[in-house]
Amino acid sequence: MTAPVVEAKAPGRAASTPPAPARRRSFAVHFAHYKWLYLLLLPGVAYFAVFRYGPMYGVSIAFKDYVPFLGVNGSPWVGLTNFTDFFANPDFPRLLGNTLILAFLNLGIAFPLTIVLALLLNEVRLSVLKRTVQTLVYIPHFLSWTIVASLSFLLFALDIGPLFQFVNGLFGTNVDILSDPNWFRPLIVLQEIWKNTGWGTIIFLAALATVDQDQYEAAIIDGAGRFRRVWHITLPGIRSTIIVMLILAIGQMLNTGFEQIYLMTNALNRSVADVFDTYVYFVGITQGAYSYSTAVGLFKSLVGIVLIFGTNWLSKRFNQSGLF
Amino acid sequence: MKIHNTRGGRIFDAANYVFLTLIGIITLLPFVYVLAGSFANEAEITRRAFFVWPEQFTLGAYEYIFSTPSFTKALITTVLVTLVGTLVQLVLTVTMAYPLAKRGLRGRKLILSLVVFAMVFSGGMIPTFLLVKDLGLLNSYWALILPAAINPFSLIIIKNFFQELPAELEESAKMDGATEIGILWRILLPLSKPVLATFALFYAVGIWNDFMSPLLYLSDNNMWTLQMYLRQVTAASDLLGTGNVDPSYIPPEQGIKFAVIVVATLPILIFYPFLQKHFAKGMLIGSVKG
Repeated sequence: MTAPVVEAKAPGRAASTPPAPARRRSFAVHFAHYKWLYLLLLPGVAYFAVFRYGPMYGVSIAFKDYVPFLGVNGSPWVGLTNFTDFFANPDFPRLLGNTLILAFLNLGIAFPLTIVLALLLNEVRLSVLKRTVQTLVYIPHFLSWTIVASLSFLLFALDIGPLFQFVNGLFGTNVDILSDPNWFRPLIVLQEIWKNTGWGTIIFLAALATVDQDQYEAAIIDGAGRFRRVWHITLPGIRSTIIVMLILAIGQMLNTGFEQIYLMTNALNRSVADVFDTYVYFVGITQGAYSYSTAVGLFKSLVGIVLIFGTNWLSKRFNQSGLF
Repeated sequence: MKIHNTRGGRIFDAANYVFLTLIGIITLLPFVYVLAGSFANEAEITRRAFFVWPEQFTLGAYEYIFSTPSFTKALITTVLVTLVGTLVQLVLTVTMAYPLAKRGLRGRKLILSLVVFAMVFSGGMIPTFLLVKDLGLLNSYWALILPAAINPFSLIIIKNFFQELPAELEESAKMDGATEIGILWRILLPLSKPVLATFALFYAVGIWNDFMSPLLYLSDNNMWTLQMYLRQVTAASDLLGTGNVDPSYIPPEQGIKFAVIVVATLPILIFYPFLQKHFAKGMLIGSVKG
């Protein structure tokens, strides 16, 4: 992400000093000289213009009453009506609550578990075991949410699923875990832990490898035990990595992951399952309220940006270290 | 370093090793169960709660799904879309990364800033959907490929990789009269093979796993990809309260679900060792430098 900063000193910059007419002429020479490179650049630039910046322009329908046959340009402006409609809608507090609860569960459970797993892996001196466990726990990250959801459907299948029997036996109940609203959130967090905890350790393990080994020896000589070494050396050593990952995670808080939630949503658990991402789909795609759902999506992205800058500011204030 | 000198330390090590081994096994168990179940008969799946080895081996579930036209069609479709999509992503990313790696190129800084901006802000689901619709790409396989054809992150990483290759290589080629495209094709690409292979694998996994694009852009069930088919097959009919499901659909027996999951997972597991070889070092180093 630092690349653009570095390029300020690039030699290309120096060429922009000559006076304007000379510069224009030299641009023609420059262009002729580099014509093949500009030609190579063309498809990529066209892609960004159409598929990345096109939708950004399309966001303007959040402030319009989009009518398909009038198009994005022809549809009438309605100001902030779509936003005020959304905030006044009883769906809004429910969506906000569901999204935040899932976000805090993931942040409070899955995030620390990733650090704990990385610390435990870091303590392993038996490299065969370490590599084997790493190989195994990284796998689920590469599987689609469809596969994760399908595995859940089979493992928790009504009456016959192994985990259905195990969990109901454990609690002495007989509920359909897949459709019971009370089980929706634990199920989502469980899936998240299974799929991404292992993968998440990579970045922490890389940070752990950079912690100064001499400090450990000094601490051992001073008689510090295993846990005190972890607490006083290892954790402070990876603090900046933890902060950066936390800022990124908080910035992503409202992105609950469309595919996962959509796949686990059903007619019975909608009250707790609906989040911003899936709501945009249900209202926008299946019901055709394009402008309204675009406004919901835009609201979500804006909150995400505020969150990421806010956390960064707070972290800089209290720790003197931030993401940017 | 004397780390194992205390008794407490040894106990901790032992407990830690046992715990991590258990974590590894638990991660794997769902696959083992599904694999075993895909070779078991219906009665065994219903009767036994959990097993990792079927009492009676049967290929019935596989015979059934491979004789089902909708399944084989989804499988072939997904393989083709993955191959074409990966190729398109690679070609577009490389052709854009190469000029952007040339420090002397004018306009390069502006384009790079716009790429970085696109990394942070996106139009979102609905504007992208409307764009795809306006382009007439609904119910076209191109809708699964084009909207995400260049990943800005990998573009920047590949650009940085090109930039770090020694400039002398290009200069000597230029003296021999090679064109820019000739240099890219004959010198840079052979040197970047391992990096590009890694990205190709990641792209392929991404397209293979994609569920949102077919859900958004393909409404015709005859065009479904494997992930769409998988969802239809594995969700119990009463759970499919959320649209985009064939109403005439009758849920299949358990064994068939197991077999479809295995087929959808297998390619990922086969390519996983190749992925793993690269992601730990290659991806991280690239992204840190980026």
